[in-house]
Amino acid sequence: MAVRLITEKCTGCKLCLRACPYGGIEIVEGKARFNDQCTQCGACVSSCKFGALVLEVTFTRDVDVDQYRGVWVVAEHLHGQMRRGTYELLGEGRRLADKLGVELAAVLFGDGVEGVAPDLIAHGADKVYLAQDPALAHYRTGPYTDVLSGMINQYRPEVVLVSATPQGRDLAPRVAARVSAGLTADCTGLDIDEDDRLLVQTRPAFGGNLMATIVCREARPQMATVRPGVMKALDPDPSREGEVVEVPVKLDERAILTKIVEIVQQESDGQVNLQDAEIIVSGGRGLGKPENFAIIRELAEALGGAVGASRAAVDAGWIPAYHQVGQTGRTVQPKLYIACGISGAVQHLAGMQSSDVIVAINKDPAAPIFNIATYGIVGDLFEIVPKLTEKLKGL
Amino acid sequence: MNIVVCIKQVPETTEVRVDPETNALIREGIKGIVNPFDENAIEAALQLREAHGGKVTVVSMGPPQAEEALRHALAMGADEAILLTDAGFRGSDTLATSYALAAAVKKIGDVDLVLCGKQAIDGDTGQVGPGMAERLGFPQVTFTIELEIADGKLRARRVLDDLFEVIEVKLPAVVTVVKQINEPRLPGMRNVLKAKRAEITKWTAADLEADPTQVGFDGSPTQVLKVWPPQKRSSGQLLEGEPDEVAERLAGIIKELNIAPR
Repeated sequence: MAVRLITEKCTGCKLCLRACPYGGIEIVEGKARFNDQCTQCGACVSSCKFGALVLEVTFTRDVDVDQYRGVWVVAEHLHGQMRRGTYELLGEGRRLADKLGVELAAVLFGDGVEGVAPDLIAHGADKVYLAQDPALAHYRTGPYTDVLSGMINQYRPEVVLVSATPQGRDLAPRVAARVSAGLTADCTGLDIDEDDRLLVQTRPAFGGNLMATIVCREARPQMATVRPGVMKALDPDPSREGEVVEVPVKLDERAILTKIVEIVQQESDGQVNLQDAEIIVSGGRGLGKPENFAIIRELAEALGGAVGASRAAVDAGWIPAYHQVGQTGRTVQPKLYIACGISGAVQHLAGMQSSDVIVAINKDPAAPIFNIATYGIVGDLFEIVPKLTEKLKGL
Repeated sequence: MNIVVCIKQVPETTEVRVDPETNALIREGIKGIVNPFDENAIEAALQLREAHGGKVTVVSMGPPQAEEALRHALAMGADEAILLTDAGFRGSDTLATSYALAAAVKKIGDVDLVLCGKQAIDGDTGQVGPGMAERLGFPQVTFTIELEIADGKLRARRVLDDLFEVIEVKLPAVVTVVKQINEPRLPGMRNVLKAKRAEITKWTAADLEADPTQVGFDGSPTQVLKVWPPQKRSSGQLLEGEPDEVAERLAGIIKELNIAPR
């Protein structure tokens, strides 16, 4: 990818100077000119009202793949609080980087987040590329795309991993289109083909009914969004050493097309934290009505677990969507998963079948959930679940 | 308002099978439908047209039979339908698809808003909306659950796992919507019949003046190596007996697992 200036069309209006996060454009004799700071990030292109700046897309076969080395993980945090998926990416990224014999770097954007960098190193990163600016404090597509694309052009990693969270799935396709990278969505398995230095990406499609293996031979970097809850984080080692590389950027709020009006964190309690839970008790259509989630909550409470739900229960409006387990909800891997009144549609199974022990309680003996349950009980959940809660409390 | 909705025809069911010999998808007997999230995008476009006036154009890229999906959109109330169909588009991954759809939006011209579903239920990638926004140089708003337009600005409520975010962007923009944004209307019989006879514009890669290195196999950095059905977990033990007895046994089993709550 390259940014090209059509000098005849340039009016010297300076709008592109505002848009450039790297200070890579100057106006010389009434015309824009790129200087050494330019990273070819492309931020200026859409700022030009006169069509003087164009993004030229490189034909993937013309990319020199050998110029790209290293594995990157894009860190995701909320006000400096790291999302757990980032640690999982670092754990997986460490394994891939070791196979490739290269460095693992984390990319950290924000404002006043330098204190988080050592934590990323403790979780496996050799290096942290840190870009800070008030405009990067909260995620927005435009500035994050501009800065990340510029860094990719400058440092040329061969692999870039992003969490398949709403933020990651907003950012990664935009960056991939900007830098003409190959991008695979929502991967659940990654590996390296050592002969060709290829990232071998496995992902579910068709709601979990099919698995596909995808590679990107010619374009670089090889980008993947990775499903949270699947990869393993390393135990943090505070004695690990690494380097923090500050990437100087300066953003101009006037050039950013998206304004954040409001951010509301939904109420949450221990019972929602599905990703961290060792035990999850889930309810589905068999509960019949929203009030009946009380018996699920009581069992979860007795076990110190979280409350999950099937898509049917969420779609019926019985419980908020952030409790949803499955292909379109969360993927979970607790030690114990208790499915109550859940038939076990493939899309639900896709999100929980890696749990260590699965207990299914359902009145329909033909429910597919029984095909994967470690322990199955064919019966009335309204009788069994409260009794179970009672007995667990008594033990 | 000049609104474009990009839609995809997907198999009616996600319960598809793979031919064990060829690793190819078995498509026989599976009906094509409009991707459900895209129906929400069409509905959102129709509601905006009702509120602000204007025109709704639906665009799809696919084989000739994808016409059926476009006819459904017309029956719902879209004004015009365009099918991007060309042998040269075959093998397009999300990047190449984004390029072709963006080229169509440019060819339509003076578009204020592009709407699509948050993802298709077959590929489940959600990458084409943002990819298209990038190719168009428009701001993007993904996972939208509410949207309103006033004074050339779009205000959207986005649902992001444990967060709600309200953002404002200037038009033109690309917006992807989640299912909870609305309830798509069912087309009336008369509209269905009318849509059956409606003219569907067909554009080839040449019509789009597409760079042949950016569409189809050549324009697609990713390649699918193989496709297979996921391994099934085997079933375990059935606990039988009176509810009280079963609950007792299960409580014992759980206790034995010895999981310390976090």
